[in-house]
Amino acid sequence: MIRRLMKTLVGVAVFSAFAGGVAAQDSKVADELAKYREALADGNPADLFEVKGESLWLEKRGPNNASLEQCDLGQGPGKLEGAYAALPKYFKDTGKVMDVESRLVHCMMTLQGFTLAEATRQWYSKPGKDSDIEALVTFIGAKSNGKPINVPATHPEEAKMAKMGESIFYRRSGPQDFSCSICHGQEGKRIRLQDLGNLTTKDGAGFAMKTWPSYRVSQGTVWTMQRRLIDCMRQARWPEPAYLADSIIALETYLQKTATGTVMETPGIKR
Amino acid sequence: MNNQRRTVLKSGSGAALLGMLAAAGIITPGIALADWNKAAFDAKSMADTLKALGAGTPADSKDVQVTGPDIAENGAVVPVGVASTLPNVSMVAILIEKNPNALAASFVLPEGTEANVQTRVKMGQTSNIYALVKSDGKFFMATKEIKVTLGGCGG
Amino acid sequence: MGNPMKIRAANKDGVTEVKVLVSHEMETGQRKDSAGAIVPAWFITELTAKHGDKVVLTSEFGPSVSKNPYLAFKFKGGAKGEKVTVSWKDNKGDSRTDEAAIN
Repeated sequence: MIRRLMKTLVGVAVFSAFAGGVAAQDSKVADELAKYREALADGNPADLFEVKGESLWLEKRGPNNASLEQCDLGQGPGKLEGAYAALPKYFKDTGKVMDVESRLVHCMMTLQGFTLAEATRQWYSKPGKDSDIEALVTFIGAKSNGKPINVPATHPEEAKMAKMGESIFYRRSGPQDFSCSICHGQEGKRIRLQDLGNLTTKDGAGFAMKTWPSYRVSQGTVWTMQRRLIDCMRQARWPEPAYLADSIIALETYLQKTATGTVMETPGIKR
Repeated sequence: MNNQRRTVLKSGSGAALLGMLAAAGIITPGIALADWNKAAFDAKSMADTLKALGAGTPADSKDVQVTGPDIAENGAVVPVGVASTLPNVSMVAILIEKNPNALAASFVLPEGTEANVQTRVKMGQTSNIYALVKSDGKFFMATKEIKVTLGGCGG
Repeated sequence: MGNPMKIRAANKDGVTEVKVLVSHEMETGQRKDSAGAIVPAWFITELTAKHGDKVVLTSEFGPSVSKNPYLAFKFKGGAKGEKVTVSWKDNKGDSRTDEAAIN
């Protein structure tokens, strides 16, 4: 019993040294993985998306031949600094809690005159087919780099969404009777070599949320938080929610609330 | 032996065809990839690739280094590089033994450019990576194994 | 003609380090699409870097260079404000040139 406890304690020490997850005898593995991640961090292809996103933001497009410069992401028209870090947020003009992507699509519709279908048709990229949304969200996200996540969810509508997100997080469902919390509710879990963050703590949720949007090297593109969460549902064998669904915005609100105070480091780069 | 001969024949006829097309004005020389070493990039085995690069059997050298991590979290993007302290390095190349075509990239270094180039490559599986260096007209090589892991969900 | 590259060039102790990110699909020609058809190879074959008019690096790529290629190298010389120019062409005959000032 004592020996087992000792082992656990040693394990915990090693886990915290390597951001939680690879067993003691594998510390060499963890070192090399850290080296791999470090080598990718300098020269993140997401930077290419950021540059493209900026030109899309300024370009006059759509039936109204308008740019997105007057888009209000919650800090006032055209104010991008810190906007991503403070979303999702309640917007009076729509009477809804919106995340960066639903608000961006709202701007593409109201300012530029696109229909919902036009604005969201290519919400994620496929090989050879770029996504404007990926580029724009990378650009908007980078404007929050160095800013603390700030989603206190004090407005009653925001509080409601955070509560709904929390209940979705713990809800077991689907053919495998799975919930988000089974993988992401404890310390020191991993799938193969990938650490699974404990998203119920500020540190765990912060470590995850601060790096999105992120370039996924396995996918060769930037993933937005909507895509990340929708794909989590797919991996948990749940029915996949529609893009911009309230359930995803609710989960984001819950996660951002938990992560509040963590300083943004975006765009990230991941496996 | 047979394999090598076939590669040479194949690339030979390919070059001739491109030449004919270019002469006929069907494709411009730019598209014909006049300089790109098709034979080397099409070669499958290490030996064929080295032959196509005119490198013969390079000597192992401790003054050549393959830089990169021991483990890659994903084979689609593996940071690798070549560095060497040998004098007058005019060319370096990166070869991946177990890829369908071993040669990933080659670099010509004019005088003044350091023998230290980093890039990122795809690896189909765990493999030896070879760094090839041409110094004072002679070829040298070094190797390092990089393990490619299976994916989790990439959070 | 493709999206812009991102080129960083910094001089330190008389040596200029250049880091380039290129926006390109780098399709291997071995991947199948959802309908089972082979996606044709589409990759950068040549990339050249110049400092002013002087070529400082010539590269030949095969399709196993990663999507959105990254390249870093160093050359002697180069002063703040001088230009580094990078050009690529691919196997479909597409090409692009971008430049950056040395920091």
